[in-house]
Amino acid sequence: MRSRSFDVLLILPAAIFTLAFLILPLARLTVEAGTGPSGFAGFFAILTEARYRNSLLVTLALSIVTTLATLALATIAAQTLAHRKFPGRGLLLSLMTFPLAFPGVVVGFMIILFGGRLGLVNSLSMAAFGTRAIFAYSLFGLFLGYVYFSVPRVLLTLLAAAEKLDPSLVEAARSLGAGPLAIQRDVVLPALFPAMYTGGALCFATAMGAFGTAFTLATSIDVVPMLIYTEFTLATNAGMAASISIALGAITWAALALARSRAMRDTKGG
Amino acid sequence: MNARAEAFTRCGSAITTNALTKTFHGHTVLQPTHLEIASGEILVLLGPSGCGKTTLLRLIAGLEQPDGPNMIRFDGEDVSALPIEKRNVGMVFQSYALFPNMTVAENVGYGLKVKGIRRKQRESETKRLLALVGLEDYADRRITTVSGGQRQRTALARALAIKPRVLLLDEPLAALDAVLRERLRVEIGLLLREFGITAVYVTHDQAEAMAIGDRIAVMQRGRIEQIGAPKAIYHRPANDFVADFVGTMNRLEGRVSDGILAVDAEHTQARLRVGGGDRSAVVCFRPEVARLTAGPGAIRARVIATTFFGATQRLVAEVAPGRQLQLDLASSLHFAPGQIVAFDADPQAIIEFEKDA
Ligand SMILES: Nc1ncnc2c1ncn2[C@@H]1O[C@H](COP(=O)(O)OP(=O)(O)OP(=O)(O)O)[C@@H](O)[C@H]1O
Ligand SMILES: [Mg+2]
Repeated sequence: MRSRSFDVLLILPAAIFTLAFLILPLARLTVEAGTGPSGFAGFFAILTEARYRNSLLVTLALSIVTTLATLALATIAAQTLAHRKFPGRGLLLSLMTFPLAFPGVVVGFMIILFGGRLGLVNSLSMAAFGTRAIFAYSLFGLFLGYVYFSVPRVLLTLLAAAEKLDPSLVEAARSLGAGPLAIQRDVVLPALFPAMYTGGALCFATAMGAFGTAFTLATSIDVVPMLIYTEFTLATNAGMAASISIALGAITWAALALARSRAMRDTKGG
Repeated sequence: MNARAEAFTRCGSAITTNALTKTFHGHTVLQPTHLEIASGEILVLLGPSGCGKTTLLRLIAGLEQPDGPNMIRFDGEDVSALPIEKRNVGMVFQSYALFPNMTVAENVGYGLKVKGIRRKQRESETKRLLALVGLEDYADRRITTVSGGQRQRTALARALAIKPRVLLLDEPLAALDAVLRERLRVEIGLLLREFGITAVYVTHDQAEAMAIGDRIAVMQRGRIEQIGAPKAIYHRPANDFVADFVGTMNRLEGRVSDGILAVDAEHTQARLRVGGGDRSAVVCFRPEVARLTAGPGAIRARVIATTFFGATQRLVAEVAPGRQLQLDLASSLHFAPGQIVAFDADPQAIIEFEKDA
């Protein structure tokens, strides 16, 4: 039998880590937030003040759309790549997961090279139709950057799950007369669901807090991390920056918790 | 006829394959195969690992594409071009392939659901099938919470629910322990006959093949070596391979002169009366046809071990070092290791093959 004190010893490193890097700074941040001009009401500023609220809504919408698009892309790609051998499969997979190596700033640059004033799309469009096509600095550019950043991570999670799916499950469903849509609905997606949840949560949280890509692209859009940055450095309003940070964390966490409880209910309801 | 079976329409199609062939990457896995499976017949595909049993089954199912057109017919209708979704075949997999996110009843009713059968009718049909396989009390259990034997029966009920034209089973009992396997093979055999469905049943277990098949096709290296009733396969194997693969077979090689086979091996004077003219021969007999005798056409062998089986005992004896024979004799007799036994075999039951070059 293992002793209790040994168990305590085992969780000690994680406990120290959590205390040092999460709870203490958070407490400090909370105290900091209280020192702002509006005191602890600052926590709700993100909801009550129109500028902050709009920024929050834009960030939420962007993150949700990014998550959905990433999941759709990755789910299709994972199913194509799993259980299938074709020439160039390895190359395709490494190309698709290449952006793993890039920080968000680099992804931002790549979007500018793609959809900026001197970007590929604009040059082509000018040459072909004589019209401008610049989207790098718009919400759409941000969306592309976020998706580009997230697809590799989510794809790898989903690929592992898709490869574990027993191919005879799909064959059994086919023998019972199920078409491709029914097979997705009843067999494949339920099996991939836990991985889709994990990957989706990762993607959503990353999008909510993404800074590097936003810093390069969001010159005219105030996503929440940019808001925190401007409050902190330009407005030197540390209290407001801290309360928005905490609110952002809480909202992201709550959204994930909500998705999780829904996910549990859905899989149980089968 | 059983009253329960009346409730079901007879739905078995006859299956014909015409020079059915399958090649994977230039490697012919199934040699041209001609098969006639009658409506309602249970055909067992038996053979060692890698001989092409699963490939033949998947071709009939429509999960693999044959090398040429017009090779598979159900009731005379060419189904080669029909994908499995349209072929209306029931499949039972070794892993069962049950949907883990559904209950036992949802699994059984799934085929009816995707076919768009109304809920009411679906539920009563599902209920009837669950009763048939003895799972009424487990209808609402998640599939992950029932035992291996119950999963196996769920898989069978799910395949039967769509009233398939043929039922295809790939080693359906291989994942179960020995005791359960023995019980279920009797149950499955009865159930399939009750349904009157045409079934192709893959196994590499010869006892299972004997118990379940109306006929058995013994396969080797992508070829059917022999096809026939279990008794015919057992008592009149067409060649060496079948003789060896089905049941236990003793094998002696040598020259026959004056109707006596002299086994050609060093350190042995084994002789066996087999009759007929002078020739080179491979002679086989089963353990149970051995008889103790002291006559001139008797084999003398040294007892190595005995195993008690109840009414009989099995002797392992050697005619020369490394050349072992197995004999089933009455268990009332006593043999000690090292002792010499003299025996022959019932000439009626001796099987002879041409000696291959
Ligand atoms: N999809 C495939 N691609 C290439 N070769 C295959 C494929 N499927 C089967 N084979 C080959 O065909 C041969 C027969 O395989 P099959 O699965 O039919 O054997 P089996 O008799 O069912 O064996 P087991 O008892 O091990 O299940 C094997 O040599 C196998 O390697
Ligand atoms: Mg097989």
